[in-house]
Amino acid sequence: MTSAYWAVDNSLAMIGRSLRISARNVEALLMAVMLPIMLMLIFVYIFGGAINSGTAYVNYVVPGIIILCAGFGASTTAVSVTHDMVGGLIDRIRSMPVVSSAVLTGHVVASVVRNLVAMALVIGVGLLVGWRPAAGVTDWLAAIGFLALFMLSISWLAACLGLLVRTVDAAGGATFAITFLPYVSSAFVPVDTLPSWLRGVAEHQPITPIVETTRGLLMGTPIGSSWWIALLWFGGITLVAFSWAAVLFRRRTA
Amino acid sequence: MDAIQVQGVSKSYGAQQVLTDIDLAVPAGTVFGLLGPNGAGKTTLVRILATLVRPDAGRASVVGHDVVTSAFEVRQKISLTGQYAAVDELQTGRENLVMVGRLRRLGRSAASRRADALLERFDLAEAGRKLVKTYSGGMRRRLDLAMSLVTSPPVIFLDEPTTGLDPRSRQQMWAFVRELADAGSTIFLTTQYLEEADQLADRIMLIDRGVAVADGTAESLKVRVGGERVSLSFASPAAVALAVADLDPVASTATSVTVATNGTAAEVRELLDRMDKIGATVDKVAVHRPTLDDVFFALTGGGPR
Repeated sequence: MTSAYWAVDNSLAMIGRSLRISARNVEALLMAVMLPIMLMLIFVYIFGGAINSGTAYVNYVVPGIIILCAGFGASTTAVSVTHDMVGGLIDRIRSMPVVSSAVLTGHVVASVVRNLVAMALVIGVGLLVGWRPAAGVTDWLAAIGFLALFMLSISWLAACLGLLVRTVDAAGGATFAITFLPYVSSAFVPVDTLPSWLRGVAEHQPITPIVETTRGLLMGTPIGSSWWIALLWFGGITLVAFSWAAVLFRRRTA
Repeated sequence: MDAIQVQGVSKSYGAQQVLTDIDLAVPAGTVFGLLGPNGAGKTTLVRILATLVRPDAGRASVVGHDVVTSAFEVRQKISLTGQYAAVDELQTGRENLVMVGRLRRLGRSAASRRADALLERFDLAEAGRKLVKTYSGGMRRRLDLAMSLVTSPPVIFLDEPTTGLDPRSRQQMWAFVRELADAGSTIFLTTQYLEEADQLADRIMLIDRGVAVADGTAESLKVRVGGERVSLSFASPAAVALAVADLDPVASTATSVTVATNGTAAEVRELLDRMDKIGATVDKVAVHRPTLDDVFFALTGGGPR
């Protein structure tokens, strides 16, 4: 058996662990299920009436809610990484002949799975409250693949933030930016309704091209250059977060 | 052959010197006890030997492999049971063990068999399918130790394995440690309990504030403090102060003074007369043979902090 084989087997063992723990963490699970539903209902029935997006608001907002939920999912991921770091388990694993990335890979994969489940819920609830996507099968597959890449990149970012902070409480706060950015983007309102100084921020931050690409794939709105800008953001965030996490993981507690 | 060698190891965190010039050698197949109060640097030394922390100076090796330059080889030869039970609350005992087995490259089915055998041995067979969050402190420690033994490594580090355990669980842990020692493992144990070091360790090193203050067998350390002792308890701090000034105590606390004695009634009587003369009223008298506690307090300078 080669070391590559064992690196994969180690990662699989840790993915299984993180998935089991996710499924048994009742509070986080409840939050993950309730949040998409509540957000959908709040945006569609409470804010939606006052927002003029040029179309039925539910048709505008679904991609934004998927991304908002992924942001909250990232905070769960950061918290569970920090939890591992401050508990003794990481010391045990770091004192074993194990590829150090296996632990983080477990967290990240479980995070992507949790986010995909949350996404399925958003889509389901969206359809129930009147969302009518215009996407064909290929558009759907492309959208899901695209969102999975987004979830992968913010999960690595969350893992990185989880390594950076020293307490479980701080881990939730560290992901604040990820949960906040969607509000300053085209996720909930068209960017041209924002004051001009804020419009600059909204147009150049990563969430806007991500939302626009998702909306384009699902609703048939124009995508333009959004898709490759979004992919560049994914690649950049994943690369930086992954390398940084690897360094932090080795150095942390040393 | 020495399973563990440490030469001139020092470590500081910022301005705080945690370890100063530690030298030690642990022959293969023996139990080494590192004894010291909280904050003495015990855990830091274990972490250095377990490749988690780099020393600032000096060298350390485990089974011939340098802990800094050959960390991966060292990790194949050791297991670490940390001070806090390193177990996943939301996994069952069995899942925790299988996870470690797979990380240790046993493969899925061998890891499962090994998990069942260890659950049996550590008296967790029934609890094995329950989530660890339902376990008692003693069960967690047993699981923690079992997780360290998944691949029977030749060198085992136990960092304060019984801190916080009730007396029965402690006895049980001691029995497991003795079993491991009998099976030929080299065990490096840290503890703040003198009795534990006395019970388990072949050789003991006392450290205090990062400095090794003594080492040897439990017996040789006791001999260093001399023969029998008599402890005098006083009613007031003033009396203690008088006694300390008058006598040549080997140890003293806020309420008592301990001096060397030959254990005869005549000598004790003389001592009490002397205390009467200086006006220090003695409450109680106790004569005892030296224990590691005496060694500890004598060598680390005075009473408990």
